[in-house]
Amino acid sequence: MSSKRLIGLAVLVLGLSLAWAVTASAQQPTPSDDEVNAIARQLFCPVCQNTPLDVCPTQACQQWRDLIRQMLAEGKSADYIKQYFVVNYGARVLAEPPRSGFNWLIYVVPPAAFLLGLYLLLRAYQTWKRTPEEPAAEAGDRPATAAGDPYISRVEEELRKRQ
Amino acid sequence: MTPASDNPSAPVRRSIPIWIQILIWLGLIGLLAILLLGILRSENPMLRVGSKVQDFPLSLYSGYEYQGAGQVHLADLRGKVVLVNFWASWCQPCETEAADLETVWRAYQPGGKVVFLGVDYVDTPPEARVYLQKYAVSYPTGPDLGTNISKIFNRNLGVPETYVIDQQGVLRSIQIGPFQSAADIQAVVDPLLAGN
Repeated sequence: MSSKRLIGLAVLVLGLSLAWAVTASAQQPTPSDDEVNAIARQLFCPVCQNTPLDVCPTQACQQWRDLIRQMLAEGKSADYIKQYFVVNYGARVLAEPPRSGFNWLIYVVPPAAFLLGLYLLLRAYQTWKRTPEEPAAEAGDRPATAAGDPYISRVEEELRKRQ
Repeated sequence: MTPASDNPSAPVRRSIPIWIQILIWLGLIGLLAILLLGILRSENPMLRVGSKVQDFPLSLYSGYEYQGAGQVHLADLRGKVVLVNFWASWCQPCETEAADLETVWRAYQPGGKVVFLGVDYVDTPPEARVYLQKYAVSYPTGPDLGTNISKIFNRNLGVPETYVIDQQGVLRSIQIGPFQSAADIQAVVDPLLAGN
């Protein structure tokens, strides 16, 4: 084999290797089930009631999981895929409702109710703790006087009259 | 016996501050109002025969446009009988009627007095295209984006469902489930054409 042919062959092999490397790097690896389910579990089946997409057994859900796989293979982000689902099937497909409009109530009301309950419980606890002690303490500190007790006032008045 | 209020030795009961009580009541009333609003909205009655159908836009799949446009509004079709068919590629009963719908559409299309609209309900585009090609569908068809069209009809029974709207935009017929034959489809469209 002449040196020219050898050089030509070497160039051809090098070119093919480069082409293969470029093609391989441009392709996304096929996303695994775990990668697909990581997004699918953040979504609900648009047709079934209250069924997360990652565990939904219907043909429709399988199609949606395949769609997620395809979009991941195209290099789309999780946020992009979720947004695609919202635009196409409505916000009800999101496992976690978007933080906008009335949806804020879901995030604000439970913690607020919890804090309010905690406050009321604390006040009730303080009242329960104080109630049995205060009357005794107050009775012990103050001598029995007529002030404010019409019955004792009347008794004292009668005593004074008899003296 | 003396009333407790008259007795200074009775423990003083500290009540919840008035502003907190007001806040609690306002919060409860607000939550009840929101709940009521939600119930009223969700109980929007299903569109009934004789009701005027609200306008809606339908974005169409490429290759399934209406007169070259990628979107069609129901209001633009006033003066024509409009058959709105909800379907999905994952819906097996839809396959029962797909060929009949196409046959009847091809019969009506030259007259220009009837328009069929295919509304693809929560579907995946690749499978939807396979379905459309399989049944050689040629009438305008597009996805129910955000299920907004379904909400107008307040349909929740499943697919297929078909609604026939007259030339004045009034709903004249509801078909829940697939049509059994081409004659069944014509039986709901023809009287509207004859009555015009």
